[in-house]
Amino acid sequence: MPSTLWGADVGSIVAGLLATTTADTAEFVRPAIDWHAFAPELIVLGWGALVTVIDIIGLERTRRFMPSLTGIGFLLAMIPVLTLWDLDGDLPRVLFDGAYVVDNYALVLKGLFLLSGYVIVLLSTNYMAEGDYHDSEFYQLIAASVLGMLVMTSARDLVSIFIALELVSIPAYLMAAWRKRDLKSNEAGLKYMLMGVFASGILLYGMSMLYGAAGDTRLSVIGESLAGDADGVSPFIVIGTLFTIIGFAFKVSAVPFHTWAPDTYEGAPTPLTAFLAVASKAAGFVGLVTIVLDGLREVPSIVEPLMWILAALTMTVGNLIALRQTNVVRMLAYSGIAQAGYMMAPLAVYSTSPELVRESIVTYLVIYAAMNLGAFAVVIVAARKTRSGEIESFGGLFRYAPGVTVTMTVFLFSLTGIPPMGGWLAKFQVFNALIEGRTGWGVGLAVIASINSVVAAFYYLNVAKFMWFMPAPDDDYSPIRVPSALIFALGVTVIVTVISGVSPLVPDLTDFTEVATAGP
Amino acid sequence: MFLNQFLFLAAALFCIGIYGVLVRKNGVLVLMSIELILNAVNINLVAFGAYRGDIGGQVFALFVIAVAAAEVGVGLAIVLLIYRNRRSIDVAEANLLKG
Repeated sequence: MPSTLWGADVGSIVAGLLATTTADTAEFVRPAIDWHAFAPELIVLGWGALVTVIDIIGLERTRRFMPSLTGIGFLLAMIPVLTLWDLDGDLPRVLFDGAYVVDNYALVLKGLFLLSGYVIVLLSTNYMAEGDYHDSEFYQLIAASVLGMLVMTSARDLVSIFIALELVSIPAYLMAAWRKRDLKSNEAGLKYMLMGVFASGILLYGMSMLYGAAGDTRLSVIGESLAGDADGVSPFIVIGTLFTIIGFAFKVSAVPFHTWAPDTYEGAPTPLTAFLAVASKAAGFVGLVTIVLDGLREVPSIVEPLMWILAALTMTVGNLIALRQTNVVRMLAYSGIAQAGYMMAPLAVYSTSPELVRESIVTYLVIYAAMNLGAFAVVIVAARKTRSGEIESFGGLFRYAPGVTVTMTVFLFSLTGIPPMGGWLAKFQVFNALIEGRTGWGVGLAVIASINSVVAAFYYLNVAKFMWFMPAPDDDYSPIRVPSALIFALGVTVIVTVISGVSPLVPDLTDFTEVATAGP
Repeated sequence: MFLNQFLFLAAALFCIGIYGVLVRKNGVLVLMSIELILNAVNINLVAFGAYRGDIGGQVFALFVIAVAAAEVGVGLAIVLLIYRNRRSIDVAEANLLKG
């Protein structure tokens, strides 16, 4: 940051304005667009628009096809993700002057978001159809939100990260308030919307400061220009970094910015709660990881202490409050907050080995998505019979629904981190990244995380205890009819949860840094 | 006229906006306070962009304006929904769910 910034007079500002508006008189040439690399987003966008038009024309006649149509769109968008993955040597592909990058990191996460979008559609199918809601619009909004997530994975520019984050959040505000006449749902939407928009404001203020410090919105350029200022860190960089990270802390519900999360999760329709707790939170994490490891890679002296405090607070407070919950959705909400703390922990030591940190967080996101979506699927299945979210209502589940009980046990063991379920590998990766540098701070955070894992086991296994050993609340042991969509969702999540513990699903992500340093 | 005067104006607007979000109880006024925050951001972006001779700041500001409009549209819809159900837009009265 040149010191003249504070002394710039109005003449140079006006000259700057004129220069930006009059200098570019050269003939406009359309930049080449790599349609293949951009295909997943285009398919979701086009398909979402198509589904909307079909809904407007068909009205009631086409309503029951909406969930399957939306699901097919997500699966179609998987095709270019797979063909891009197959290119391997041809990656990374850089689009739009370095603002948009398709590499292995982006492709793994695109696959994750498309699959979780598909599972969410499966979870919502019967829930929305039986609840007398406006169900077809719900799926169009989910498609819009998933589109934002796809953009987020590739965004390497402040503007595109911001747009992606808003595209994820704005449909989610509407969906949280979906049950129009239910005061709880209204309140969930109001709280989520106010906190989300407020967080966007703080995030943007931080981004504007980073832009001012670097003079460019691309993260690769920001990273380089911050490197040149390593000796005397300017106030712009400190304020920019602080506000950007606090903005994301709201989005990923890190303590002390988590207060909206349990209320919104409880009041919103349960499939949407699963969507917020898994996909939306993961999108926030992707943005945070991209900004920290790419744009802020040279200022660990500011980021690391902040992330250390946030991670330690988030996992501890999340777990301690989860212990006291009697409602299973609120319990999962606070457990999700605690899990966010584990995911954030590697960022507290990212300067030692950024690749390891990136890989551990992506691994955690993939496994967390599978096991948490599965747990929510079981909650939805159980609530079809019990009409209750209390942990007591899980009593006797083993006697009338043994298959569901076994899958829920898999998810709970995985969330606790018991081998050989996926959650174990996720935690192992995080601890590995934490102690990699052999620093006191890293090891200290690893100790806090391991104590928290033990505390978490108590409330996860408490649910298992009710399912296996306690009697049903009102001695009602009639079997549950589980719709095929939910059986399929349970199957997908349980397979991913079990397989990911045995063989790592997330491949090597080391090609990322080459893009970051090569720049546009 | 110096660049820092633009930044101080933006910082003042930002602080007023934060104060409004934290203190105001009326849902619409909270949304207006959030608009103040976003306008502070726009002033920052345009001032930095002009100082640096970079068009990126102004483009970013345009995006912020567009997204702010969408946010307020959704926000007002939710506030209207609350008003229809409880005849009040006092956000402090929305306390059925205890964090």
